[in-house]
This record gives sequence, C-alpha cells and structure tokens, in this order.
Amino acid sequence: MREELHLILGGEAGQGLDTVAGLLGKAVVRSGRHLLTVQHVMSRVRGGHNNFRMRLASRPVQGPPDTFDLLAAMSRESVDLHRERLADGAVILVDGGWDMPPEPGLIGIPFAELASRPVFRNVALMGVLGAMLGIGADILRELVADNFRAKGDQIVSSNLDVLAAAMKWAADNAPSLPLPGEGDGVTRLAMDGNQALVLGALAAGVRFCGYYPMSPATSIAEGLAQVAVDLGVVVEQGEDEIAAANMALGASYGGARSIVPTSGGGFALMTEAVSLAGVMETPVVFVVAQRPGPATGLATRTEQADLELVLRAGHGEFHRAILAPATVEDCFHLTHKAFDLAEKFQGPVFILSDQYLASAVQSVEPFDLGALPPVAGPDLSDADPDAYRRYDWSAPVSPRRIPGHGRSLVLADCHEHDEKGHIIEAADIRVRMQDKRLAKLDVLRAEILPPVSTGEDDPDLLLVGWGSSGEVLREVAAVLQARGVRAASLCFTQVWPLAPETFLQRLHAAECVVAVEGNSTGQFARLLREATGFHIANSVLRYDGRALTAGYVLERLAPILEAL
Amino acid sequence: MIDSKIYGEYVTAWCPGCGNHDVLLALKDALARQDLEPHQFALVSGIGQAAKIVHYVRGNGFNGLHGRALPPAQALKLVNPELKVVVESGDGCTYGEGGNHLLAAIRRNLDITLIVHNNQIYGLTKGQSSPTTMTGHVTKNNPLGVFDQPFNPVAVAVTMHASFVARSFSGFKEHAAATIAAAIEHKGFSLVDMHSPCISFNKVNTFAWYKSRCKEVAHDPANWDEAMKAAMVFGEEIPIGVIYREERPSKETLLPQCRDGAMYRRPVDMDKVAAHMMSYA
Ligand SMILES: Cc1ncc(C[n+]2csc(CCOP(=O)(O)OP(=O)(O)O)c2C)c(N)n1
Ligand SMILES: [Mg+2]
Repeated sequence: MREELHLILGGEAGQGLDTVAGLLGKAVVRSGRHLLTVQHVMSRVRGGHNNFRMRLASRPVQGPPDTFDLLAAMSRESVDLHRERLADGAVILVDGGWDMPPEPGLIGIPFAELASRPVFRNVALMGVLGAMLGIGADILRELVADNFRAKGDQIVSSNLDVLAAAMKWAADNAPSLPLPGEGDGVTRLAMDGNQALVLGALAAGVRFCGYYPMSPATSIAEGLAQVAVDLGVVVEQGEDEIAAANMALGASYGGARSIVPTSGGGFALMTEAVSLAGVMETPVVFVVAQRPGPATGLATRTEQADLELVLRAGHGEFHRAILAPATVEDCFHLTHKAFDLAEKFQGPVFILSDQYLASAVQSVEPFDLGALPPVAGPDLSDADPDAYRRYDWSAPVSPRRIPGHGRSLVLADCHEHDEKGHIIEAADIRVRMQDKRLAKLDVLRAEILPPVSTGEDDPDLLLVGWGSSGEVLREVAAVLQARGVRAASLCFTQVWPLAPETFLQRLHAAECVVAVEGNSTGQFARLLREATGFHIANSVLRYDGRALTAGYVLERLAPILEAL
Repeated sequence: MIDSKIYGEYVTAWCPGCGNHDVLLALKDALARQDLEPHQFALVSGIGQAAKIVHYVRGNGFNGLHGRALPPAQALKLVNPELKVVVESGDGCTYGEGGNHLLAAIRRNLDITLIVHNNQIYGLTKGQSSPTTMTGHVTKNNPLGVFDQPFNPVAVAVTMHASFVARSFSGFKEHAAATIAAAIEHKGFSLVDMHSPCISFNKVNTFAWYKSRCKEVAHDPANWDEAMKAAMVFGEEIPIGVIYREERPSKETLLPQCRDGAMYRRPVDMDKVAAHMMSYA
C-alpha cells in the first residue's frame, strides 16, 4: 500500500480549480490524512495555466511533491504541460468530450452528462476525485453543502445531485486510488501560511493592520478583514505602502499591536518607516512575503531574495529581528512571538516568508491557544505622570506609555531627541541616546531561536537553509540517510540576529556543507559568513520562481555527493 | 475655558517675527476654548519649521517623517477614538511630499483636524519653492521664477467635499484661534489652510501682503457652489473663514470595532480566536 499519493489539478485561471483543491484538501484532512497543497498560479484573472499540487499521506508531509500519481486536466494544455511529471501508471483525468487518442491511464469524465451547466463542473470533478480516493460521501456532501450554503437551498441541492452522480459514475468507471493508510481520527486544520499567520496575530492581540494590496501578502490583510469586527481589529488599506507603514506606527503609538503585510516591492516603499520605528522605539511587525524580483518580477511566484533588503532596510543604525517561518505551524508561532518581541525591545520585527509558504496549505493540529506565552504590553501604570519620560535612558528599554491613558504625556519623535522626546542636537545626548537604543540588542539576543537541526553532530553532508527551504532540507536529509549517506540539516527560522554559539560548531564539524536557498546569489550563506567567518563553499540555489523540492535539491546534490 | 498656560512655554527654533509664533498662540487658545487638557489630545506633525510645533505644546505628541503626518494621525484616531487628534505641518510637507495622504484623508473623513502652516515656501530647507508658491516667484531653485501653477488646497478640498474647509491668516489672531477652535469642534475631517508668513525666505507673501488681501467670506458654508466659487479666488483677494462645511458621520463612528473606545484596553478574546481557528477543520 502506498504511503503517499500525489495529485495535480491543472487548468485555466477562472475555472475554479482553487475551490476544488481547497474543498478536496479539507476532505482529505477530515479523513484523518496529512496534506500539503502547493499553488502554482499565473498573474492573470482568466486563461493561462494554473495548477495545484497535492501531497496526501498517512504521516506528516514535508516539501512539495515532484512526481504525480494522478493528473486532473481541466484544459488540454494541462496534459502536455504535466506529462513529464507523471509517475509510471499515473491516471490522467480529462474531459470526455475532448477528441483525444486513447492511451493507458487516460480517462474521460463525461462532464456533458454529469454537469448540465458549466458551473457544476467543479463539483463533478470533486465527486469523481472523492470517489476515487475513497473519501466518505458524508464528508463530501457536507463540504459541498457548506460551500454553497450562502447561495440558497436550491443551489445546494442541485450541487449535491451533481456530486452524487459524479461519485456514482466514478465508482463504476474510474480506478480506485485510495487515500494512503487508515484515517487516524485526529482533528486537523487545513490551513495555508498566511491563514496561520493571521491566526497567530489574532492570538497575540493584533489591533491594527495597515496594508496596500500586493501578492502574496494580500490574503493576510483580507483574512484579518474577515474577522475584524468580531475580533476587534482595524484593517486599513493605505493610499500607498508609505501610508500603510506610517499608519501602523501611529496605531502602535496609540497602544494597538500593529502588523504590516507586504511583499518586496511594497516593502521598498516602507523603508523610511522602518527607520522611524527604530528611532521612535515603536513596536511594529512587518510581514514580507517574498516573490521574485527585481521590481515587479514574477508576481505570483516564489523566491527568497529579499533577505538582504529586509536586513538593511532603513537609513541609520538600529536593531531589528527577522524571523523566517519554515512551516505553516511556524507562521502561527513566529507571528505570535514577533508581537511579543516587538513590544519587549520596542522596535521593528520582521516575518520573512514567501509566496510558496504563504499559499501552501498544510494539515496541522489545532494550536494549543491556552499554552501560548503571554505577549508583552506597554506600561499602563501612569505612575508619577509629571516625571514620565518616554525615552528614559536609565535602562535600554524605556517604559512605553500610551497617549490618553492617564495623565502621562507621551512624546514620540523622529529626530534625535532627549529623554522627554524633544528634538535636540547636542552631541553628548545624541551619543547617549544612540547607545541606549543599540543596547537593546541584548533583549533580542536573549530570545534568539536556534536553528532546527536533524542528523548526526559530525555528518558527511550538512544542508543549511532558512525559512521555507527548511522543510525540504529535512526531507532531503532523511532521503539521503535512508540511502546510507551521513546527511544532516540545519534550518534557520530566525535569520537575524544570529547566535553563532548555537550552530557554528555544527558547521565546523561537518565534512561538507551545502547552502540551499531560493535565490540566485546565496544571500543567507553570505550573511552567515559575515556573522561567523564561516564560508559555505557549496550551494544549491533555485530562482526560477518555483519552490524548492526534494527532487530538485537531490538532483543538484548528486555531483557534490560523488565527490564526498 | 481652561488657562492656556497649561500648554507650557518653550524656546522655539523659529525666527523672531515668524507667523508660526502666532499660529502657536492661536492653537493654544483654541485648545483652551475646547477645554482640552494636555493628556486629552495628541498633536501629530511631519517635518519642516511648522512641524516643530509639536515640541512647543505640552501634550501628547507624535513628530513623524516629512510628508507623513496624516497616516499616523488617522491610525491613532482609529485605534483610540477618544483622543482629540490635531495634525500640523507645512505646505511642503502636507501638499507636496504628503499630497496623496491629504486626498486619502479627505476621503476617509476621520474626526481629526489638519492645520497647514502655509507660507508658500520651504522654510526649513531655506527657500525652495513649494506646491503653493505662486507662478513667477523667483526662488533659489527657480532663478527664472516658478513656472508651475500653484496648488489650491482649499479648492481641492471643496471639490472632494471635505467635511470642513477653512482658510485663515496667522496675523489675524482672533480669526486664527476661532477658526482652529471651530475646526477642532467639527465632527469629521477638518482642514485649516493657515497662511503664516515666512519672513526669511518668502519676500513676496509677507504679513502686509496677506493682511491687505484676506477678507472674511460671506456665503453660507453649506452651499457647495458658493464655496467652490470662493475657493477659486486667490490673489488680489484671499477669502478667509469657513469656506465649506458638510455634516456627515466620520469613519471611526461607522466602524463597529471602533465603537468600544481605545483598542489597547481590549483583552484578547481567545474563545473567538479558537472559533476562528476551528473553522479550518
Ligand atoms: C524625506 C525627506 N525629504 C526631504 C527632507 C528635507 N526637508 C525638510 S523640511 C522640508 C520642506 C519644508 O517645507 P514646509 O513643509 O513648507 O515647512 P516649513 O519649513 O516651510 O514650515 C524639506 C524638503 C526631509 N527632512 N525628509
Ligand atoms: Mg512652508
């Protein structure tokens, strides 16, 4: 019996494949299996070619799949585009109405019969796939009914009829490709990185989101907007990214935990606000969901090429923390942590994710909300208000009071300033204030997340990655170990500041170290060298806009392994 | 009415005789007329000579970046509707670098007041032309005189149906204070285009120049056509006073999540977070 099943659903933009992939993913998770769905879409509203790649398994899955057991092609182009990715004996589902030469595995779905109107095609496809996978009829019916509930009973019942007919047709005419393993009965969520990030922000008490739409970050603001009234969040679309980021600082000054989701191009416009957060000592969480650049690049594709931008953004010298989630679970936990860190050191904290992670749907167990650590908050004491000094330099982190809370007066300033927040030019005050701000590094240092490592302490091959490349590395290391290679992985979920004492030894102890990154110049390897002096001589880089996969990495590791 | 001494006395970085001194007095006077204690309001500014005013008033303050006074001010109002928010900055900061924010702020219509110290010049950077510098004005950066047509903030605001649009002149102290007080009292976005002469870098638009031209308007500010007519006048005569007023609910009163007061006081409702989480099951 298979441990995994890989499906690919391909078709044009506007055909609604995202809905099929979403509902099917939920059905798989409700059947007690694990899931990863990776989105490959073009930056267009109609036409072109989109596809959704699904990895279904009886155990937790890691990176995106490379080969597929089933292709559901909703456009003819899709068959040719994905043929080379199909495993031996793969099933190809097409529209029975197309004039195609027969071939082994090719099955025509009689959409003309099953879906009396084109709008029913997606539910028909879901019925066929659901039946082939052996998903319970109840699960499918409930998902379809929930999906169409808002459109009224009539629409629900006609869709349920289409579903039933499609399932029956598949039972009689299509091969069975049962879901791997047995359902384990565990409740799981089917969630993408941005949805988990939103949840993490909500659990941390986010109160303000300033944004300007830009893929792949927009769904964060939209996700917050959906629950804004119920959970008490102001989600404001700025007139531009400059406004969005400066708004977040105003909101944070007012005591509201603030988040700014964007992508590289939008973030470029926000850099003045990053510097402002630094000098004003105002907590703020930026999310930079990377996509390929330079400039507009590939709008709906993935890359890890904005590390250096985020690391250096903003004029002048000040500290920041950069967290880089590797998984959907990380998106939740690191966002929650980011709010705490931002308040504790009073400055900008970044979540550096990417299009792959933002839109990759993974099965995760519900987060234990009760077990989350508390999130630091401002000083709401109002003790001795006349003596209050916003930038009291008796300690690196000064008490941050909130305007309008009590009688303390709060003056936040973008110039160099004195303890009260008043503009100054005196050399000695400038130096003392800059030193005070720089001393906050200790607060960040105390909380650095060490990299996640797998494998032996002195491996022959050590794969080093960061952010979303981490999961793939763990998978590659495991595959190599199974082949007898002493491989290990080291994945950074915090890329700044770094704590060399937590990993440098491992770099030195490995026979061969390879950096694996989703960019064309090895930015993280360069950063590691700057921070530690350690030079990683080998790299596997990907910058074609597609996510790293185990297959991609293994293929490029082959010559390095031969030389070992 | 409280005593305006409560707002303190500070040494300023303004030239003796600068209109900004009068704007400062007018602002303090207006705050006092509104019975606002220092902890009940926040002044938000950008960068320029005018923008330094935040440092010369005892109260809460946010001195932000050049051009960026309005975005943080609006967000502050959204997350704490109980706070009075007054924005002050120069013509360059507000109409130049921050021009797009002004258009958006008029559309958003939050209950905040914007006072623009309009000296028709870049003061802090010593005399370059601003968006309101008049055509033909010879400045350091325009030795042949400014070719560009000046921006008319009052006309733009009236065109967009900004909910309160006024013009005043710092030299008319009572007019300036009363106009600011009316703007603060108005529920909704209020713009006061406050002509405040720069004695060092604008030798064209001087005290005397404004004084002889500024005349109180006589039309009904609720009449948009009349307001538009007055808004288009600027030159030999400069209409001052409330040019346009339109009552409509401000945005923070329309957003349900802003109705329970300051957001920082609200605890996280973990049950609701959990319910949202389980919608993904
Ligand atoms: C981003 C940025 N650009 C340019 C400047 C330089 N600068 C400071 S004030 C100013 C213009 C000020 O003119 P205005 O807003 O009219 O204020 P005034 O000094 O006349 O009161 C400029 C260009 C700056 N501080 N920041
Ligand atoms: Mg000016």
